Amino acid sequence: MNAVFETFKLRAEAVSAEVHRFPRKNEALDFILHYLHDVGISETPQTGAVWASCPFLDGFDQKQLSSQLPGLSFDVNREASAEAKVGISQLDWAIANTGTLVQDAARVDQRLVSTLPLIHIALIRSDRLVPDLPSALSKIRPEQTNYISFITGPSRTADIERVLTIGVHGPEKLIIVFFDGVCDEPGRVN
Amino acid sequence: METKFRESIDKAVHNPNLTGALGRFSEAYRISRAKAYEGYDFEALRTQIAERKSYAASHLDELADLFTRNAEARGTKVFRTNDPAQVREYILNVARENGVKSVVKSKSMASEEIHLNKHLEAAGIEVGETDLGEWIIQLAGQTPSHMVMPAIHMTKEEVATVFNEQVEEGQEPDIPKLVKFARGKLRTKFLNADMGITGANIAVAETGTLVIVTNEGNARLVTTLPKIHVAIVGLEKLMEKFDDVVPVLTALPKSATAQLMTSYVSMISGPVPNTDGTPKQLHVILMDNRRTEMSQDPKFKQAMQCIRCASCLNVCPVFRLVGGHVFGKIYTGGIGTILTAWFDALKSSDDIQSLCIQCGNCTEVCPGKIDIPGLILELRRRLAVEKGQPLAQKAIFSVVNKRKLFHSMLRAAYVMQKPLQKGNFIRHLPFFLSDMTEFRSLPAIAEAPLRDTIKKIKQPACQEKIALYAGCLIDFAYPEMGESLVKILNKAGIEVVFPEGQTCCGAPARYSGAYEVAAQNASDNINALLANDVTYVVSACPTCTVGLKHDFISTFESLGQTDSLPRARQLADKVIDFSSLVKKLVDEGRLKFKEGQQLGKITYHDSCHLKRTLHATQPPRQLLTQAGYEIAEMYEADMCCGMGGTYSLKLPEISAPILERKLVNIKNSGAPVVVMDCPGCVMQIRGGLDKQRSTIRVEHTAQRLADELE
Repeated sequence: MNAVFETFKLRAEAVSAEVHRFPRKNEALDFILHYLHDVGISETPQTGAVWASCPFLDGFDQKQLSSQLPGLSFDVNREASAEAKVGISQLDWAIANTGTLVQDAARVDQRLVSTLPLIHIALIRSDRLVPDLPSALSKIRPEQTNYISFITGPSRTADIERVLTIGVHGPEKLIIVFFDGVCDEPGRVN
Repeated sequence: METKFRESIDKAVHNPNLTGALGRFSEAYRISRAKAYEGYDFEALRTQIAERKSYAASHLDELADLFTRNAEARGTKVFRTNDPAQVREYILNVARENGVKSVVKSKSMASEEIHLNKHLEAAGIEVGETDLGEWIIQLAGQTPSHMVMPAIHMTKEEVATVFNEQVEEGQEPDIPKLVKFARGKLRTKFLNADMGITGANIAVAETGTLVIVTNEGNARLVTTLPKIHVAIVGLEKLMEKFDDVVPVLTALPKSATAQLMTSYVSMISGPVPNTDGTPKQLHVILMDNRRTEMSQDPKFKQAMQCIRCASCLNVCPVFRLVGGHVFGKIYTGGIGTILTAWFDALKSSDDIQSLCIQCGNCTEVCPGKIDIPGLILELRRRLAVEKGQPLAQKAIFSVVNKRKLFHSMLRAAYVMQKPLQKGNFIRHLPFFLSDMTEFRSLPAIAEAPLRDTIKKIKQPACQEKIALYAGCLIDFAYPEMGESLVKILNKAGIEVVFPEGQTCCGAPARYSGAYEVAAQNASDNINALLANDVTYVVSACPTCTVGLKHDFISTFESLGQTDSLPRARQLADKVIDFSSLVKKLVDEGRLKFKEGQQLGKITYHDSCHLKRTLHATQPPRQLLTQAGYEIAEMYEADMCCGMGGTYSLKLPEISAPILERKLVNIKNSGAPVVVMDCPGCVMQIRGGLDKQRSTIRVEHTAQRLADELE
């Protein structure tokens, strides 16, 4: 597992993603809240954060989180996402040998928070890490969903003079947060 | 060749931005591509892709039906047509029915193939390309110069100027700032668009899934924000199974941009909810536009295996000089030539097909295992059949086809060249022939051809006999190469026979599309070379060797002359190239190098046919090392020297700069001698170095080895 994670980290970092890993959900949440605070999430325009509903949030009080951090919204829509600085969502699978995240993205909020804001924080359960593309495609198939998204690093272009430039249409920063699924309440693994 | 075409070449080779950008890219690409494939078995991977794509090409109709059924079952509207006009009409109808005022597009070659933007705009619809490169060229009013990097020909200064003039004043030539500016401007377009148009990289029949690959993330926005999504999908994108996605998605990013994976891949199998909760209208247009016809053509069916990675452009010595504005129409480079001939019209490929120098670089990297140079030759053949050969060419080949006349003319040339000859070179030709000697000297025709001098060599009587196929260059310009070969084989106890009836190998005719002439050459040579009882037929010219070993068969096959095939195969089995034969004799202990020699540095140039058709890169290097030479490898040793047979005569403006790069690489190796296995390359490289008055010696491997054996 650790070797696979190290491969993922290496590959993802090679394409300019940030990778973090926390044994507990609380620690992952703390990290995210601190991060949002540090990048100045607030209620003023262009500085909000949108968080698409996801299993990770189960057990956390969203209202309390919003009041703790004004500017953080769990009500994801087109306008809020277009205005937001940070988007947060949980992804379903991670592919180690390419540093890729995979998601059932049929729900539009899943795509809004990961395409429109400048920064995307991607949550992923550590046990959802698979070694390669074939193993990922055996887990998530088109029969289950109309839209599957693969995300590997932030948005990039080399269209002007072949100079690699990050953040053309999608996020210019991708922060990947693994959590080990060790749960604070026994019997609940998200 | 059209004057306009020649002018476009001239403009391209004299555009330092273009040749600089493409040149640097092609150099970097080679290294980064290799790195991306580290740990992968590329041959196995491309065999799998070729097999799955070929299966799809053989079952197009069935897969299109299956895709349609599966996609429709999930709420997608599928429209299939052979006619580009109907594609445009369908999209315009959808637009009209839904009051569409503005469209955002992510990159779609299929839409460019049918000139969709022009028609949408004519109907009063605003069209925004959102791929950064596509947007830039759309604003500049240009066409893409590369299939993957459409604006590679433009500098940041030019991009800033285009933005200043077309969008908003005040943009600086700073790449991150330009990208940020584009992000802001295009974001508004995304948010306001009523329809999104995409292409697709794969269409999976068994699930009705579209796979769309991008780096910028524009396809995700195009398929998310507007309420209507129209995907234009060429039928060649169909694949049978969802698992077929694996090999294509493994190869495409690596071959296209040397990435392990692109930033984004979207797999869309049906309508998803819009941001206001309504279901998205999803239309998939399966566009045929002669793809079915192509898949039924025995030769061109393999072009359906293309995954549009453009790696054939990136490794092409001609493309990196002239780019896509010369080399192609919508689809560019080697594969673009073939696609243009089919999706536009055969005659549209007339000029561009002549750009292929037949070096075979692309065949080494093509993830679809397509024989691109082979297909371009086939285009050439069909064009020659359709419009006939040019008169001058016809006249030349009618001589080449009469061996005795041809050879007596070559002998006469020795006398006629006298006033122009300086030593062994012709440095200047008068009048319209002057282009031929502008960038390199030409070899003088030898006083006595090999077919005469070989008779004067006292060969030991040996049991084993090998037939020598000289080829025109060695026979009439460089008999000394043949003499060296005889000397070496004699030392191994082999007598070399020279069948008199041998004539031109037919390569010039074949590479000009004159297959009937090539077939006559093939028959004459087969008769001459099979007349003697010999163990091998050896040639010191790789192009001739490929002719004898492969092209005779393929020429007969193309012409349907199946009666000639058994003897062509009989000959092919006996044919071997010089270095491979000598290496074999050394390995068998029949030839021994002088011991303990330290002969100094040399550099080796890989000739295209030797490396990429005969796959003999090691034998000459091993022999030269065993002889006592130290090989100082030059940069891009296996890159074409620009000779390409008659290519250097037809397109000297391209041949010259290719040669120039080669000469720089030779000089930078620091070796005083450059060795190669092909008399054509010797002619080109020696001629180029002579023009520059360089002291570097240029020799055939046979000449270098002849004196180093015991």
